[in-house]
Amino acid sequence: MNETPLLQVRSVTKRYGDTVALGGVNLEVEAGEVVAIIGPSGSGKSTLIRCIHMLEPFDSGSISLGGEQLGFGRVRNTLQPLKESAVAAQRARMGMVFQQFNLFPQMSVLGNITHPLTHVKKVPNADAVSEATRLLGLVGLSEKADSYPRKLSGGQQQRVAIARALAMQPQLLLFDEPTSALDPETVGEVLQVMRQVSQLGTTMIVVTHEIAFARDVADRIVFMEAGRILEQGPPAQMLGSPSPRLAAFLRREADAEAHAQGN
Amino acid sequence: MNVKTEGSVDSEAVADDVATARPRMRAARLLLQAVILAVSASVLWWMITNPRFEWPVVGEYLFSEAILRGIQTTLFLTVTCFVVGGLGGILIVAMRTSPFTPLRIIADAYLWIVRSVPMLVQLIFWFNFAYLVPRIVVGVPFGPELFSWDTNAVVTSMVAGIIGLSIHDSAYMAEIFRSGLTSVDSGQKDAARALGYRASQIFFFISMPQAVRVIIPPAASQLISLMKGTSLVSVIGMTDLLHAAQIVYGQTYQVVPLLLVATIWYLVLVGALTLFQRWLEARLNSAYDRSVVERKRVSRAESRNA
Repeated sequence: MNETPLLQVRSVTKRYGDTVALGGVNLEVEAGEVVAIIGPSGSGKSTLIRCIHMLEPFDSGSISLGGEQLGFGRVRNTLQPLKESAVAAQRARMGMVFQQFNLFPQMSVLGNITHPLTHVKKVPNADAVSEATRLLGLVGLSEKADSYPRKLSGGQQQRVAIARALAMQPQLLLFDEPTSALDPETVGEVLQVMRQVSQLGTTMIVVTHEIAFARDVADRIVFMEAGRILEQGPPAQMLGSPSPRLAAFLRREADAEAHAQGN
Repeated sequence: MNVKTEGSVDSEAVADDVATARPRMRAARLLLQAVILAVSASVLWWMITNPRFEWPVVGEYLFSEAILRGIQTTLFLTVTCFVVGGLGGILIVAMRTSPFTPLRIIADAYLWIVRSVPMLVQLIFWFNFAYLVPRIVVGVPFGPELFSWDTNAVVTSMVAGIIGLSIHDSAYMAEIFRSGLTSVDSGQKDAARALGYRASQIFFFISMPQAVRVIIPPAASQLISLMKGTSLVSVIGMTDLLHAAQIVYGQTYQVVPLLLVATIWYLVLVGALTLFQRWLEARLNSAYDRSVVERKRVSRAESRNA
């Protein structure tokens, strides 16, 4: 008997006016799997994971996590949007790491991790602090616990953001271009932390332009273009013998990278 | 190669060393300074020597009991209405940003009406509320009444003053809060939602604390104009600072010195508020923004060196 996948995205579509952001996306992710989504800008990668996390509504289709539909439920056989508190509870089962880190500037590094624990998960303060301290150790920022986010480099802020997301013990961790806003010299430290997180067995979906990272860390690469998944498969197969369109995309990415490093 | 430790000062004599430069002579500035000094001295002299200011009378009434009681009323109204108006403002701004359309419409209508009708008219309206509603009744609509009061006993001039000023204040505070909230980066809301915060938690824990720095300067201005706005309650028979002065000169005809007494007190009160505002802003900035200032300085220095 087949086990149900952790995440099921079925025929999801979304339009912004006349533009098709998602043109019927199907995606299944097993527990413990690391999936990298690659594709050109505007291909709908970020929109897809924002829809999964219910940060944006979509027009049709359905998404479920652990067999439970996200954002909607049946009342006497009619599908209805869930109450705000139920949506918040479902969101708390997933974590998101943003391109712009989005740490809370008014809280210390430690506070950024403990506040959601004590206020969303209702964890006692002492437990939240010890968990936050442990995770700061994991991302290598123990000495920054009392600093404020603005005092940290981009790479350090993103590592804190990863620790904050991990603290909630999400069943699924989503990364929205986590290294795109970073200085080149701090990209490596963030990718290193993400590699560690993947080794913990966390289920991850990573939207990224780091092809090398996708090849090394992901179990599966998903290639999106124009709001659709064009192909997907294990990295070795996908990148070893790419289809013409994927090959063209990879060439453009390599050129862009060479150009960036040339500067 | 000469290796320097960071921050050390190497005092080698250099031709055209800028450290040897002297300030430039600025004739125009000196002249302007002299003019400003002369004009202000003559204005001050005119004020002191002009007998019509009746300074002895000012001194006589400055700390008189009637005036001090007026100040008490002014301060009481200011603080009460600022607190009630502030809470009302939070409520209105929460309604305006609600996903529930009827709440948004009510909030918009409230802002439109309250900001359109002059405050004087609103005060007089609330003072005459008993004419419209002789009895205040709590009960089931179209059903039995549970409690009732005589409106004139409930809406005294003090209550009418508080209601009128608070409602007026709440509308302006709502706009101030809204501008503060829109200044918060939308990514902050995304992050909080992603972590499972509910809308009310996002409002109080994430958005508001970040909006405060933007809110304080206009909120302080609003507090100051509220304080001066309290002088309007004289029309509904409350004895605030200005009305206390008016009562005195109504009997003694010493109009100018008593208006001076009120003016001096308004200057003192607003001055104190302004100092408090500066202190609060400096405190918030030092707690939150120092790193930004430092970073800007560093990046400027780097771009100079590049």
